[in-house]
Amino acid sequence: MRRANLLVGAALVGLVLVIAAVSLVWTPHDPIRVDPAHVLVPPLQGGFLLGTDGFGIDVLSRLMVSARFCVLVGIIAVGIAALVGVPLGMVAGQRGGWVSELIMRATDVWYAFPALLLAILLAAAVGASTVTAMVAIGVATVPAFARVARAGTVQVMAQDYVLAARAAGTPPIRVAARHVLPNIAPTIGVQASVSFGIAILAEAALSYLGLSTRPPTPTWGRMLRDAQTYLFSNPELAVWPGLAIAVAVLGCNLLGDGLRDLLDPRLKEVR
Amino acid sequence: MSTEHGSGGERSEGVETTLAVSDLTVSFGRRPPSVRGVSLRIGRGERLGLIGESGSGKSVTALAVMGLLPEYAQTWGSVQLAEQELLGMNDRRLSRLRGSAMSMVFQEPMTALDPTMRVGRQVAEVFALHAVRNGTGATRHRVLNALVEVGLGEGERIANAYPHELSGGQRQRVVLAMALANAPDLVICDEPTTALDVTVQAQVLDLLDAQLTTRGSSCLFISHDLAVVARLCSSVAVMLDGEIVEQGPLGQILHDAEHPYTRGLVAAARIDRVQRGERLPTVADFWERGR
Repeated sequence: MRRANLLVGAALVGLVLVIAAVSLVWTPHDPIRVDPAHVLVPPLQGGFLLGTDGFGIDVLSRLMVSARFCVLVGIIAVGIAALVGVPLGMVAGQRGGWVSELIMRATDVWYAFPALLLAILLAAAVGASTVTAMVAIGVATVPAFARVARAGTVQVMAQDYVLAARAAGTPPIRVAARHVLPNIAPTIGVQASVSFGIAILAEAALSYLGLSTRPPTPTWGRMLRDAQTYLFSNPELAVWPGLAIAVAVLGCNLLGDGLRDLLDPRLKEVR
Repeated sequence: MSTEHGSGGERSEGVETTLAVSDLTVSFGRRPPSVRGVSLRIGRGERLGLIGESGSGKSVTALAVMGLLPEYAQTWGSVQLAEQELLGMNDRRLSRLRGSAMSMVFQEPMTALDPTMRVGRQVAEVFALHAVRNGTGATRHRVLNALVEVGLGEGERIANAYPHELSGGQRQRVVLAMALANAPDLVICDEPTTALDVTVQAQVLDLLDAQLTTRGSSCLFISHDLAVVARLCSSVAVMLDGEIVEQGPLGQILHDAEHPYTRGLVAAARIDRVQRGERLPTVADFWERGR
């Protein structure tokens, strides 16, 4: 039963990835071109499966192209966070002492700083763009990776095989690369999956506020914002992007949960 | 060299010294020292058994020699490997000696190998780390050779296996292969057979004996089991509460121990001497803490 999380999560994330990939080569209609002749067509009419929005753009096409951007932002943001956070956490875990204290207390302060505020600051300083959103979300996610990496590293460093490796003359950097990293990789993977979900949500929030990708490129957040105008006449326009965000985030969380259960030896007997 | 007679002092005169520990004291933080004023000397090719109960400071002594104590440990005294002072040596130089000039075998074969790395690669690491000492040669060939030498005949299969696919005895052989790989001057064995069952224990001891002889390596063998030490070592040091209470050739310790604790250990190990129906002797019959 415990595998259900993993399977459903993987299926939902897979669905988003496939849709994003398909949108690269094919969408039912043009996802950008404004068409005044077909404004606010209801679903299932005139060849528009989910209808059209206030600009006359096919909703399904916009959803598909949006998936591409949310996946891209998620991957880059999580990548930035992992590339900065994991080494920081590993150094803290391996060196211990004042180095660890310094890094981890700095991380605490970092964690306390709101991601949204950071994004607004960045957008104000260099202008809103996809890159701004990626960097803001990535930087805000660094502490999560640093903490997980440090906890894992401390655990691995206490293992006999690390002592044995040191007794064989392995220098610290090589211990980190050969022994610590492979052993904490699963935990980092779980964190990446969970962070990916949070990043998608954050990207939606930022683009809803107009702090992410510029128009006319569609994103789920912008679709929500556009739908706001027609909330009383065409409420379904807000449902589609909302549903898409929910599916993507739920998928990531279930996948993360499933992976953690799969990797946690203490839960193995329960299964 | 006689092992049955003669006193500890004159025994190894004239033999080159591999390890000389003098007046070693180790303490952790503000607690009383775990090791106090320990002095040991191991000549080239000699084997010294370090015996004592849990918490007597055996392992701390071994880790101090290897320079693997945690950073907050404080050490005093001197540890010399082939007349080179190790205490206070910087970690980079020490790293070069570890695994080549001296190596260590740990107690628990289940945890001494990295679960994410194939066994062959772990052995190859030891060669790769000390390429200078070894000269050249195909690493793969040498890994298989090293595995065959420790009695793992199917070297190929073992090398491609992950640690969890091997038995405890096989893993401890792999650990031995790693420790012996670079023919070190000194091998420190910290209870290497304690986690193994008696049959496998005997095989691993015989193997260790043979391989140490082949390589001419000295050995500091830590154990709480006098029978195991007697099988491998020519001299014995008895450790109690962080101090060495008695040290001498094996024969002297077995037959003519001075310290009551040592006599207790010997009596407890010689159950063949106990009469039927008699109570088995314990160390407490001879010596009690605080008396």
